[in-house]
Parts: sequence; structure tokens; C-alpha cells
Amino acid sequence: MTQALLFKDIDEPNLADIAVYERRGGYEQLRKVLSMSQDAVLSELDASGLRGRGGAGFPAGRKASFLPKGDMDKYLVCNADESEPGTFKDRELMQKCPHALIEGIVIAARAGGINRAFIYIRGEYEEQAQILDRAIAQAYDAGYLGERILGSDVSVSLVLHRGAGAYICGEETGLLDSLEGKRGNPRLKPPFPAIEGLYGGPTLINNVETLMTMPQILRMGGNKYAELGVSGSSGTKIVSVSGHVQRPGNYEIELGIPSREIIYGLAGGPPPGRSVKLWFPGGSSAPVLTAEDLDVPYDFDSLAKAGSMLGSGAIIVVDDSTPVLDVALKTARFYRHESCGKCTPCREGTNWTVKMLERIEAGEATPMDLDIMASVQEQIIGNCLCVLGDAMAMPIGSMIAKFRGEFEKHMQRAQLTGASA
Amino acid sequence: MSGPGPGFEYIQELQGRAIPRASDGSRTPGWDQPADLTKDPAEIPDPAVIHVAPALRDEIEAAMARYPDRRSAALPALKAAQRFHGWCSPQAILEAACVMRVTPGYLTAVATFYDMFELEPKGRHSVYVCTNISCSLRGADALYEEIAAAAGEDGEINVRHFECLGACDIAPMVSVDNVYYGPLGKGDAKRLVEDLRAGREPLPELRLALRRTAASELPAEHEQ
Ligand SMILES: Cc1cc2nc3c(=O)[nH]c(=O)nc-3n(C[C@H](O)[C@H](O)[C@H](O)COP(=O)(O)O)c2cc1C
Ligand code: SF4
Ligand code: FES
Repeated sequence: MTQALLFKDIDEPNLADIAVYERRGGYEQLRKVLSMSQDAVLSELDASGLRGRGGAGFPAGRKASFLPKGDMDKYLVCNADESEPGTFKDRELMQKCPHALIEGIVIAARAGGINRAFIYIRGEYEEQAQILDRAIAQAYDAGYLGERILGSDVSVSLVLHRGAGAYICGEETGLLDSLEGKRGNPRLKPPFPAIEGLYGGPTLINNVETLMTMPQILRMGGNKYAELGVSGSSGTKIVSVSGHVQRPGNYEIELGIPSREIIYGLAGGPPPGRSVKLWFPGGSSAPVLTAEDLDVPYDFDSLAKAGSMLGSGAIIVVDDSTPVLDVALKTARFYRHESCGKCTPCREGTNWTVKMLERIEAGEATPMDLDIMASVQEQIIGNCLCVLGDAMAMPIGSMIAKFRGEFEKHMQRAQLTGASA
Repeated sequence: MSGPGPGFEYIQELQGRAIPRASDGSRTPGWDQPADLTKDPAEIPDPAVIHVAPALRDEIEAAMARYPDRRSAALPALKAAQRFHGWCSPQAILEAACVMRVTPGYLTAVATFYDMFELEPKGRHSVYVCTNISCSLRGADALYEEIAAAAGEDGEINVRHFECLGACDIAPMVSVDNVYYGPLGKGDAKRLVEDLRAGREPLPELRLALRRTAASELPAEHEQ
């Protein structure tokens, strides 16, 4: 059921050390791309069908090809902000196998003709940042980073940048502002980062897992990699499973297996006597699914067809012991806290959604409030600068649509008892 | 349209009671007043006047040298200043601004955006308790209360709610001085606080870094 590419040697002791990584075949793909042309690297990535693992699922090869050619400074930024609730795959990957990330960064830099790379890691991951600091120093010493890598004419510098606690810095343009030393407010697009990104230069932004998959693609060959998974969702994916399951954790799966196999087969399902009530298939920003959707294949297109999304690959399972209102409140409060405040529908919409949910909890709401709340979600979607607003509106909207009866019952009960039931 | 619109009376009534207003009738006093042009514009602190500890200065200068634009060092500079001063005090911000050659206002704007900067004096130890979705499904809200109660009025232990820390596999979990521990069970809240007070590593056996991947712990029938 599991399929180990990124996780193949993951629990090998001291894999974070360069000697152990090299003994396991590490940095061979870096050597290979140094003698390949930029177009050859790009066509391997294209052939692999790899879609971004950070949330949006954009084809990685195509994104790298958007960078203009020419002799200016170009930038690669690895997005290691990992703040989407429920997601913890990049943490485990960086902690245990940091050199695969460095190798992937050089491969991506080669694909985009890039000479300066940064890793933006969330500030809370200080333990992982220290591991990366050491790995980067080792890679520089071994000549895998810096000027004229291994005597070739390829040069890539790499700087690790620590964030300081803000979900919005995972959004790619908020991340760029934060990396430039500003408040992490997202930017208006276009111009897209590929044309005008970090310090105004062409910039490629990729998630940790996306980059760490690139050495595997080069090793196997793009076409061979594309045979894994299903059409439209090639390859493997690290899925973070958490909440009401008996074996929470990261599992590497081949895309397209039934979701039930992940939730029950790998993660063990809810505790005995409990059943799945709802689940987020791709982090807290994904519309929720229910027990009826457990057989949906876990891949980008099938989840989209089921009305949700694969997102960051984080499954949060909620069993029948928990009221949907509690989940909605946690979700809405998170987005209210993390809204950067730049756009009115998001800043006000997240705040009012929390207030209305609190009214429901306190028994002060009328049935009309549910409709108002649903319409607030509709007015957020598509009307903001970035998709953080949508990221609250979609799951909350889906909870109201799918669990309306439960919200109504709660309101009646709370009104009768005059307190939160 | 002539005369006041349909909502007018309602608004008048609200103005009369619900919404607090400043003497000029504004809800946010001062927003409509021009900046005081008689005041000097904010200045970059003068290095001849501001004393900055050499170690702090070196650290900030080293950070600035790593980037094509020195302003990228704002976060590392604020972190260093916070570490030296115990919190992001006005003095800490002033010193960082002095070394970075920016105004203190610029760095204050940055510091107030991010959760990890402490804008008030705080204790030596920071304990972040994740109370986001996955952790709360596994008892994080009660855990927060237990830790807060165990720490009591102890000013040295700074217990904070935090959003998802990216470790929902060990829910409910805490980050103590940037090191992750979990899952916390019965009695662990008290032990955590006792360990910190005694100057020991808290809950050493629950440290995240010691764990293997969940995939490696699967029962045999799942092996490929
Ligand atoms: C509010 C918000 C938060 C995000 N957080 C992250 C994150 O923590 N990590 C990440 O890789 N991508 C995150 N993204 C997605 C990025 O904007 C971007 O699409 C991604 O890093 C691109 O990498 P990929 O193509 O390799 O997936 C976030 C997006 C939004 C709107
Ligand atoms: S949608 Fe929200 S988080 Fe995104 S830019 Fe607008 S206010 Fe900021
Ligand atoms: S919800 Fe607590 S670490 Fe993710």
C-alpha cells in the first residue's frame, strides 16, 4: 500500500549526514544535471508530470519554464513555511533527509537557469533549521553549492532564511515580501513571481516536497516516474494523517489509491467504536468530505471532482464524538488570526464568521444567521488578493452545506438551555 | 434622494448609545487629522549615540551580509535583539534599527506582524501549546489549561496558545524553547513545569526528534 521513494531510507540513522547520504546514492543526480542542458532537465521534469506539492498543484516543469532566459540574477525560493493546519510532511523530510532538499534545489536551479537560492523555513522549525544549517555547510564544503559546482560552469548559492510565525508567509508573494524584510502581505498578481519576484527579479517558488522529488525523477527518468500514480496525478505523495486516527503520521502513497486505504489501512481509522464523521482531504483550507466520500481515489482530479482538493496532502479526520460547530470555530478562528488584513472581505469576513459561530454556540443566533454566514462565505470567494479568504470560506461553506441540520439542532438546544450545549 | 435615507434613525440611535466615539465624533480618533508637520521625521538612530553590544552588532551585520538587500535581515536582526534583551523592547528595536540603518518604526511594523516576537516583557522559557484543529481533537484545550495552571503566576514561564506547529502526528504537543515534545498525556503538564523549574530538559522521552516515521511502525501486513 505504501510506495517508498522519498521515504526509502528515511529512518536510516544519520541520513542527515552527508557521508551517509552519499553512500545511499545521494548527489549522483546533481552530478548528472551539471552535464545536462537546461532544456534536457526541463523536459525530464515535464515528462514526469510532477505537480506542485505545496497546495496549488501546478505542474512543476511548466512553472520552471516560465522564467525568462538571459543573464540576470534569477532566484529560487524553497517554500518551507509549512503552516497549513494538519500538514507536517516537510518537517519530517527536512529533519531526516536535508541533503535531498539541497540536491533538489540545485536540480531546480538548473532547470530555471537560476543562480541564487533561498529556503524560507517557518521560525518554529528551529530544530530543522539547525539541521539544514549543518547540511548546507557540508554541501558547500563538498563543492555541491557555491561558485562553479564540482568544477562545472554552474553556480548556485543557498541561504537559509527563518520566518517568525505567520501562516500568510506560506502564500508565495507574502513569502517574498517577508524574505525582503517586510511585513508578509501578499502582492497583487500579475506580475507573477516568474517575471517579477524576489528583489524584482525572476523567481521560481517550490514546496519542499516538490523539490525533494526532483532527484527521484532524474534517477528514474521522467517517463518512468510518470508511470507511478494515475493520469493527471503522477508519482507518490507524502500524506500527513492526523486527528481521530489510531496511527497518526506521514505515509508515502502512490497517488490514486482509495482514501479509505490511507485513513483506515495506514492510519488505523478512528478509535474502536467510533466512525468517521468528516475529513479534510488537503489541510484545513480544503472543503470537508464525509464518510460517504471515503472511497474517492486520493489524487488531484478525483478530489476536485468530489468537491474538495488535495491541497497540501494533509488529511484531518474528525469522528462522531465531536460537534461540527467545534471544528468550524477552530477553523474560522485560525483564519481570523492569520488574515493579514489587506483586503476587506477576508479581514471582515473571517471576523464576522467567528462572531456568528460564537452566537450559535451561545444560543443567540436565529436561523437566518446560518444563511447570512453562508452568504458571507460566498462573498469572500474570488474577491480577495490571495486565497487565504477562500481558504476559510470553502471549508466553512462546506460544513454549513453538509451539516446544516446539526447546526440548527445546536441552535435550538442552546436557545432552550440558554447556554452552550 | 432628498432627506435622510431609511437607515438614518437606526444609525442615529446607535450613535446615541452603542458605538463609543471620541469627542470629535470619530470612532478612530485622529485618522482624519494631518500628520504633525512641525515634528521632525523619524530618524535612523545615530550609532554615535546608541550603544549596541558588540556581539549583537556582529550578529546583525553578519545577517545583513548574507542577502543582496540588507533589509532582508529584518527578521534575523529582530530575533537577535529579542534574544539579547529578553523581548522586543523599544530599546531592542532601537538597537537593531541602528545597526540596520532603518527607522525604529520600520522594524516595529515588522515585529508586530509576526507571532514569535514578544512585544511585552516575558519569562525566560517559552511554552507554545498548539490548540489548532488536530491537537484540539486530541485534548489540547484541556492541556493548555493544565499547563497554564501548573505554571501559575510564575513569570519565568511564558505559556501561549499557538496555531498548528506542524507536528499534528504527536498531538497534543508543545514547543518548549523551540524544541518539540509530544504526545503529552496525564500528568505531563505538571512534570513539564517541574522540569523547567528544576533546570532540566522537560519530558526528554517525548522529544519529537527521537521518533521514527509512522510508516516504519506499520504492522507487518502493510509492508510492500
Ligand atoms: C494562505 C496560503 C498559505 C500557503 N502556505 C504554504 C506553505 O506553508 N507551504 C507551501 O509549500 N505552500 C504554501 N502555499 C502555496 C504557495 O503559495 C505556492 O503555491 C507553493 O509554495 C508553490 O510550490 P509548489 O508549486 O511546489 O507546490 C500557501 C498558499 C496560501 C494561499
Ligand atoms: S485574502 Fe486575506 S490574507 Fe490574503 S491578502 Fe487579502 S487580507 Fe491578506
Ligand atoms: S494541530 Fe497541533 S501541531 Fe498541527
